[in-house]
Order: sequence, then structure tokens, then C-alpha cells
Amino acid sequence: MHSNSYTIMFTSIVTIILGGFLSVAASSLKDIQDMNVENDSKKNILSSLGYRAEEHSPWSSTDITKIYQSNIVSFVLDVDGNRTEIDPKSIDPEIDIENFPIYVDKRDGSINGYAIPISGKGLWSTLYGYFAIEPDGVTAKGITFYAHKETPGLGGEVDKPWFQKNFIGKKFIDENGKLVGIKVVKGKADPESPYEVDGISGATITSKGLESFLVDDLKKYEPFFRKVRNRGI
Amino acid sequence: MSMLNKQSKEALTDPLMKNNPISLQVLGICSALAVTVQLNTAVVMTLAVVAVLSISNTAISILRNMIPGKVRIIVQLSVIASLVILTDQILQAYMYDISKQLSVFVALIITNCIVMGRAEAFAMQNTPGKSFLDGLGNGLGYGGILISVAFFRELLGSGTLYGIPVIPDSFYDAGYQNMGLMVLSPGAFIILGLIVWFQRIFSGVQED
Repeated sequence: MHSNSYTIMFTSIVTIILGGFLSVAASSLKDIQDMNVENDSKKNILSSLGYRAEEHSPWSSTDITKIYQSNIVSFVLDVDGNRTEIDPKSIDPEIDIENFPIYVDKRDGSINGYAIPISGKGLWSTLYGYFAIEPDGVTAKGITFYAHKETPGLGGEVDKPWFQKNFIGKKFIDENGKLVGIKVVKGKADPESPYEVDGISGATITSKGLESFLVDDLKKYEPFFRKVRNRGI
Repeated sequence: MSMLNKQSKEALTDPLMKNNPISLQVLGICSALAVTVQLNTAVVMTLAVVAVLSISNTAISILRNMIPGKVRIIVQLSVIASLVILTDQILQAYMYDISKQLSVFVALIITNCIVMGRAEAFAMQNTPGKSFLDGLGNGLGYGGILISVAFFRELLGSGTLYGIPVIPDSFYDAGYQNMGLMVLSPGAFIILGLIVWFQRIFSGVQED
């Protein structure tokens, strides 16, 4: 039988060794992990804007950097939709209520679309993704989610192509120029309505959550897109 | 194999078939259901579990005479948890996409009954060499089932193997459809149940 002091000594030493070992590992891998996260968000921005890798030959990280750098311009908008000099990387779009990063697709020199970060609560977790908008400032170009902890097979379907495809071509501004968002309806959406998409069966709370935070996030960018629309007319 | 004596060999080979942790002891089912939609994730999960299980068994076996009996479970758990966190970090650094797909299930290796079960039942009583083989054997036994389940689920559910389409287009033209059930968790239950059934027919194990 070991004494109490031995037990305390032993557990302390084990804790210190394991803790030290983990901190060395975590800090030495941090740079590579950060780069992966950054690449992943670039990849999501690109895919929300409709860029697709060839089937069965996914992008390498150098491909992503190259495509991103040659096509995407990012900047930060203030509450009135004016461009500022702030670095988009320094903004946390989930909590910042005054500065809004935006990613502009300038393929072939002209503006092809805008991507904005979206985030909000589903059922179990906060969902993070990007919502892309056509240059007309009215029509959805795509949507992606890169992080969530919703139930796989139910709410988790938000990151599947079948669900995301539904958003393409839908409108979030009605005929009177009012921001209405895109409704995620239970069951099948009315094919005539440009303002709604099919919901996910068994995932009503995730669907409703997505619908409401999408509108909230679009509201933040509305001053900017109003300008985009006026310029277009 | 001639280098190993009979006991060590059994430590390695028993869990592969005769005493498989999934199909006979029915441990570690949760992750077996979750990560077997594709071969890709099943293989990476297998590697992660094999690494954690064999290293944790070896480490705990080395410490077995020093670990105070009163706190042995918590010491085992700290070793296992550290290894799992390390594995997760390595996956995040070098296999980011797969680590995203495996999401929380890598971290849940900590609570996988197989890992703690082998530490407590085997590594605490046996030499490091044998414990390593036992960990390796159990990890591979677990992985073998995982990969077989994933093979059928990916083939029947998505018509691909390792992401490469294997069902010819002519089948689809003739009306063949992928089986949606296989992509969902009940598909894994059915395949796993069949595997357990077949294995028990061959090994003659009876439950009371």
C-alpha cells in the first residue's frame, strides 16, 4: 500500500509531465493549425461564391491561396455601408456590431459577387458560414457552413450540397425593396416563391435558427447593398 | 511471429477474431456507428485508436508498479486523455479535412470503453511488451470491424469506395439506386448486427 504523500507526489509528477508534453505539442503545431483554419475559411468563401474544385481532385492549400489571392478582395464596412481601412482579419464577425467584413469576387476584373460571414444559433450550437450575393444585391449566389455541432443526418445536413444548392437564385429583397430574408419552410418550399427554400425534415429548430440569423446578418449589410442596388439601377 | 511466445501472440491475435472488442465484447459501438459512412474516416479513426491504445497500454504497463492503487483509474485516464488530445492536435495540423469530419469522435476516444478496459484489465497486470501487443491487437480488431462496416456502408450508400465511384453508370441507367438508409446510423446498426451474427455462428459463442 502506498502512503498518501507518495500518492500526491506521484499524481503531481504525472500531471506535470503530461501537461508539459501537451503544451509543447500544442504550441509547436499551432502555426500549421492556424494556417489550416485560414485556408478553410478561404475555401468556404470561394465555394459560397460558386468556385468548385474538379471532382475527385480537391484543392491543395496552395491552390486555395492562389485562387483566393487572384480573385478575392476583402475589406471592412462600417454601419453606414462605407468602406474603411480596417484589416478584415482583425474583425470577429460573430461579436463585432460596428465593423462588417465583406469579400468581393473580382473574377476577370468585374464584380461577380459578394460573400459575407454569417453565424448564429441552431439547436445545439452556433453555426458559422458564408452567404454569397449576386452583384445585383438582391439574389443569393450560394451558402456554406464550415463549423457547427448540429445532429448529423438532421440539422447537420446544413453543410450538405443538396440543402445549400436550394439557396442559389433565391431572393432576400422583395419587389418593394424590403429586406425579407429567405424562409426555410417545413417540408417542400413553394416552387413559385423566390423567397423560400426546402427545410430539413426533423430539424425545425436548426432551420428556423438559420432563417433568423441570416436575416439578422443581412440587416447589418443592408446599407451597403442598398448602395449596390441603387448603383445598379 | 516465431519471435513471440504463445502468450504474446495470443495477446495480439485473440482480439482480432476470437475475442473481438466490438463484435464479441460489444464495446466502442458509439464511434463505430458514427465514423463509418466512408472508408476514409473509418481508416483514420482506426489509426487513431490503434495509436492511442497501443501507446497507452505500454505507458500504463511501464508505470503499473508505481501507480498507487487508490488513484489508478484517474492516472490511466490522464495518460489516455493526453494521448487522445495529442492525436487530435496532430490530425488538426496534418489532416484538417478528415479531422473536421471526425469532429468530436476523436476526442471521444477518451471515453471509448476499449481503451480504459484494456488499461485496467491487461496493462496493469502484464509487461510493457505484451501490453503493447494487446493494445495493437485490440486496436486492429476494432479497426477491422470499423473498416468492414464502412466498406459496406460506402459501397451501398454512396456507390463509392474511398471516394472513388465503383458502381458503373450503366447500373444507374438500369434503375439502380444508392441505398439512403446506409448513410444514416440505422444502416450501421444493421451491418454491425449482421457482422456480430455471422461471427457468432462461426465462433459458436452463446450468450445466456
